[in-house]
Amino acid sequence: MKRPGRSLSLRRKLTSRCMLGLCGLCSAVVLLPLLLLLFYVARQGAAGLNWAFFTQLPAPPGASGGGMANAIVGTLELLGIAFVLGVPLGMAGGVYVSELANEHLVLAVRFAADALNGIPTIVTGIFVYSLVVVRMHRFSGLAGGLALAIVMLPVVLRASDEVLRLVPHSYREAALALGATRWRVVRDIILRAAKRGLVGAALLGVARVAGETAPLLLTALGSSQWSLRLDQPVASLTMQIYSYAIAPYDDWHRQAWAGALTLIAMIVVTSAAARAWVGRRT
Amino acid sequence: MSTAALSPAPTARSSRSDAVFRWTFRFLALAPIALIVALGVELYRASQASRLAFGWGFLTGSAWDPVFDHFGAWPFIFGTLVTTAVALVLAVPFGVGTAVFLAEVAPAWLRRPVGYLVELSVAIPSVVYGLWGIFVVVPWLQQTVEPWLGQEFAWLPLFQGAPYGLGFLAAGLVLSMMVTPFVVSLAREAISSVPRSQSEAAYALGSTRWEVVSRVVLPGARSGIWGGVLLAVGRALGETMAVTMLIGNRPAVSSSLFAPGYTLASVIANEFTEATTPVYTSALIEIGLILFAITLLVNLLARIFLYRMSRPMGGTA
Repeated sequence: MKRPGRSLSLRRKLTSRCMLGLCGLCSAVVLLPLLLLLFYVARQGAAGLNWAFFTQLPAPPGASGGGMANAIVGTLELLGIAFVLGVPLGMAGGVYVSELANEHLVLAVRFAADALNGIPTIVTGIFVYSLVVVRMHRFSGLAGGLALAIVMLPVVLRASDEVLRLVPHSYREAALALGATRWRVVRDIILRAAKRGLVGAALLGVARVAGETAPLLLTALGSSQWSLRLDQPVASLTMQIYSYAIAPYDDWHRQAWAGALTLIAMIVVTSAAARAWVGRRT
Repeated sequence: MSTAALSPAPTARSSRSDAVFRWTFRFLALAPIALIVALGVELYRASQASRLAFGWGFLTGSAWDPVFDHFGAWPFIFGTLVTTAVALVLAVPFGVGTAVFLAEVAPAWLRRPVGYLVELSVAIPSVVYGLWGIFVVVPWLQQTVEPWLGQEFAWLPLFQGAPYGLGFLAAGLVLSMMVTPFVVSLAREAISSVPRSQSEAAYALGSTRWEVVSRVVLPGARSGIWGGVLLAVGRALGETMAVTMLIGNRPAVSSSLFAPGYTLASVIANEFTEATTPVYTSALIEIGLILFAITLLVNLLARIFLYRMSRPMGGTA
């Protein structure tokens, strides 16, 4: 009577081992291509980087040399516009949701922010095209920045909402008990207490949109010149990588890899900083 | 919220400034709702020319002829469904397996770096995935994987035709890499939210580790996992740049995964600024409207599952 029991339990133990081993294998399969990608970008990108890449304008098609200086500056311009438009609005939403709203509205705004976050960014691009580019009769950095701001908004809203909810409830109660108005409580107590976290939330928004390409194609269009005016087309690293990657020139491929490395470095630094700021709670 | 009841009796002036504050922020906070409505309205309005010209037949028509201004969205809907399916067939099992590994099996020192890598893969821009896909994945598929699949599984209609490299398989494969982290992180969160007491009870009854995982933990984490899968579906449907760079951009319907195709998002990215006639632009905007409607629906479903998960579960939480 003992034997079947023992072999049964052996089989169960083996099954358990095998299945959990398979789970480990799954992780390896998930991680391997990711590591390969990072390895390729680092290797090819480092080989493609040089001084000209950061300081020169793109070379004409087929000619070698040149760089992505205008695209790097353009990316910073677009992120700047997106920051100015998207961060205050996102944070205002975060403040409202975590501090002021009734329960129904909290749910509705969070739900809408999450839904907006899931809408493909190319659709946001069409929206801004139809709203701004068509009316202004031209592609512009302003339209590109606006598209990025719309993509950024829900990220900043949800992140600042979460950061603000970490401020201990006793702070609010103490301030209210001293006779402060809601506005004073938010301005003098909550926002100060959550300052670090809010910086993190803003950086998180920036990191989220820094790698966007699709909405920019329909709004900022891209350019091979310096873009000093915001009502003109603006270049971005992402669009430059895209057009260089699908072009038939080896030197452009080299620069596309260099651009990818630069872009990933920017994003990793920003999101690491965001994490550090958010993580260091008061 | 709850502290509102604690507000002291305000003076007239402070209550007025408070009301201004409250209404200003309420107005600003409605931005996400207003934006979703505005997106829908604007896409509907701007796609009017196409909707009038082709009606509901737009969804099933397979002609895409800019020269004669005749447009149908079926090849793009088809391509979107195929690439999303390929991505999910790979992302769901591997993603859930990874989540189980990270939450239940992996030693503590391994969890943090692996979790960080998975999160990092969300931050990598789509266009970089596309770049890597063009120069690494496509040649590998064309020279190694597709000839082998074509030989070994020649009887399957999925693996027919010349190994072209660019196509549904390349796009779906890279897409699966991009959406797996959504499955992993949400499944992992859901797994760790299953009350410890439940798995401990199962262990006490003599279950093996796998039995605890498969009969207690995974069923308990079901709604979070579904939420993660649906989020991944939403991402896969709307993913643009990597797919545009890898799918071959040909509006054709084919049963073979080796064949080049097109998706809703990639036709917009590729042709929008080159559209020459108002109807052409309008047809592309209507494709955007289809994409908007589908992804909105999928995301709302995903959130319903996820909100259900975040509520405390039965038993001790």
